[in-house]
Amino acid sequence: MAITTRKFDAVVVGAGGSGLRAALQLAEANLQVAVLSKVFPTRSHTVAAQGGVSASLGNEEPDNWHWHMYDTVKGSDYLGDQDAIEFMCRKASEAVIELEHYGMPFDRLDNGKIYQRPFGGHTSNYGERAVKRACAAADRTGHAMLHTLYQRNVRAHTQFFVEWMALDLIRNQSGDVLGVVAMEMETGEVMVLHAKATLLATGGAGRIYAASTNAYINTGDGLGMAARAGIPLEDMEFWQFHPTGVAGAGVLITEGVRGEGGFLLNKNGERFMERYAPTVKDLASRDVVSRAMATEIKEGRGAGKDADYILLKLDHLGADVIDKRLPGIREIAKKFANVDPAKDPIPVVPTCHYMMGGVPTNMHGQSLAGHSGGTSVKGLYAAGECACVSVHGANRLGTNSLLDLLVFGKAAGEQVVRDLAADVLSHQELPKDAADRSLARLAKLDAAKSGESVHEVGAELRRTMQLHCGVFRFPDSLAEGVRKINEVAQRAGSLYFKDKSKVFNTARVEALELENLVEVAVSTMISANARQESRGAHDRSDFPNRDDATWMKHTFWYKEGNRLEYRPVQLKPLTVESFEPKARVY
Amino acid sequence: MAELDRIRWQCRRGMLELDLVLNRFVERELGGLDPGQLQVFKELLNEQDPMLLAWVMDQEEVPGRYDQLIRRLRQA
Repeated sequence: MAITTRKFDAVVVGAGGSGLRAALQLAEANLQVAVLSKVFPTRSHTVAAQGGVSASLGNEEPDNWHWHMYDTVKGSDYLGDQDAIEFMCRKASEAVIELEHYGMPFDRLDNGKIYQRPFGGHTSNYGERAVKRACAAADRTGHAMLHTLYQRNVRAHTQFFVEWMALDLIRNQSGDVLGVVAMEMETGEVMVLHAKATLLATGGAGRIYAASTNAYINTGDGLGMAARAGIPLEDMEFWQFHPTGVAGAGVLITEGVRGEGGFLLNKNGERFMERYAPTVKDLASRDVVSRAMATEIKEGRGAGKDADYILLKLDHLGADVIDKRLPGIREIAKKFANVDPAKDPIPVVPTCHYMMGGVPTNMHGQSLAGHSGGTSVKGLYAAGECACVSVHGANRLGTNSLLDLLVFGKAAGEQVVRDLAADVLSHQELPKDAADRSLARLAKLDAAKSGESVHEVGAELRRTMQLHCGVFRFPDSLAEGVRKINEVAQRAGSLYFKDKSKVFNTARVEALELENLVEVAVSTMISANARQESRGAHDRSDFPNRDDATWMKHTFWYKEGNRLEYRPVQLKPLTVESFEPKARVY
Repeated sequence: MAELDRIRWQCRRGMLELDLVLNRFVERELGGLDPGQLQVFKELLNEQDPMLLAWVMDQEEVPGRYDQLIRRLRQA
């Protein structure tokens, strides 16, 4: 079958913050750029980012990038690469001011400078006291950022392929990446996008968990494509969780609820945080609260018929206080938990929020071919949540996600421009079988007359991850999780859906997405099972401490043989002294 | 049918809250919308995510043409 092929200098997969920032760099260099997105660009998940973007502008009080760097290294629990972290923190102010010049409507001070507010983990003078470093556009920072970058891309003639799904990377005999195979949802048509450079910017994959704050589109498509093409995934055991998402829905209940006097109960009506943190109780840090909740559920004291959630009680505050101090909470609880918190407690569970791991890259967005040495995959780049640079290490500092996508989206774009100018990249001849893998996947799905339900296998995958590889991990449970997730992967090999139509066939798209989620879930479970320590967001009951002697290293998971390799953390920054590991206490 | 399938896909949003509300509505009510209501729903889906959420959560005044539809979304 003849397949339409189109040529571009660069193809960017994903049109969230990092994809748009990278594309802009390319388009403004007068390159032919195609950006593929499953949804309209301003509906990418970046839109959900409310908190802000960090930069040590020092508009309100003294601040500098070295303090920001310290906070980021410490936040990463010393698993972040210090060269990349220095790079990001030094570039932060420039990235924010650039965005301001593009027309981003930041909140401002009376003197006209960008307003900055304090945020958890941001400090001055190496942890001494809180500092105002977060720049925001009301509570719509992500939305304003997407809009600003999208408009700028339109101006620069970036070509958008909206409602297109990338299926697979094209690699030749030498392992170089030559573009992607993609499917247009409106027609089901498959096309080859032949490119000198391919940049993955597909965001996170939080949909591997039953409890997730991530939108439905966050299925780790770039990670699935990379894994199938033989590219490793780095640090997949590290996922950031939020203690209070609505059970069964994932929607976040702000920490302000506990700040105002709300507290957590187990099924016996016991205020269990008194046992885990006698002084601060429900106001203990996120990690401590999440761990306590997971322990209560694990030991059978969860509420509900399946004993699988915790109750967040706030009715004792009274309807007036709730309405005044916690606006919107009653609406959220009524809509997504079917309870009025002025009368009944809200069912909550620790909920997956952010993926620290991803496609391994250096600080120029070049995708690493493997765990040893600095060799990159020619033609392949990645940026944003789908990439692991690694600046977030074992846990991400708040507001560093928007910074990450700005700095590394641009850096990756710049590297592509440099590589093109140096004639490192070209339109190499496409292999004859360029589209075969994708076509075979589609053909198999279309030919299936029976098999596993996408919905059921997806639900089993999410349940397995939630139960066996959640915020607090237990050895017996992880081992069982490895067995179960491999079984889920097997079942996902024979998916079946009834409707085989071509036009906007959501069932087909969901099957393709599930194949990507499987790669993410398997890599997460295998990597988590192997890491015998607790570090950052990865917390094990049998190894409660960080073990720098053995485990200060990045995990590399290879799909072939479910193999794990490791790579040392880069402790040496670019120009400054290294921050030596010490206990992470806030 | 293809038109409804397109609408179903466009209920995939950047915010989980909207995914939940829109998909719940679509599962229960999409088939029952008359052509006029369908047209308004398509226009609504072209609105920005934070605006849509603010309307559904009753945090901002809803433009008259969406009034009825937003009320149904809230109830879905």
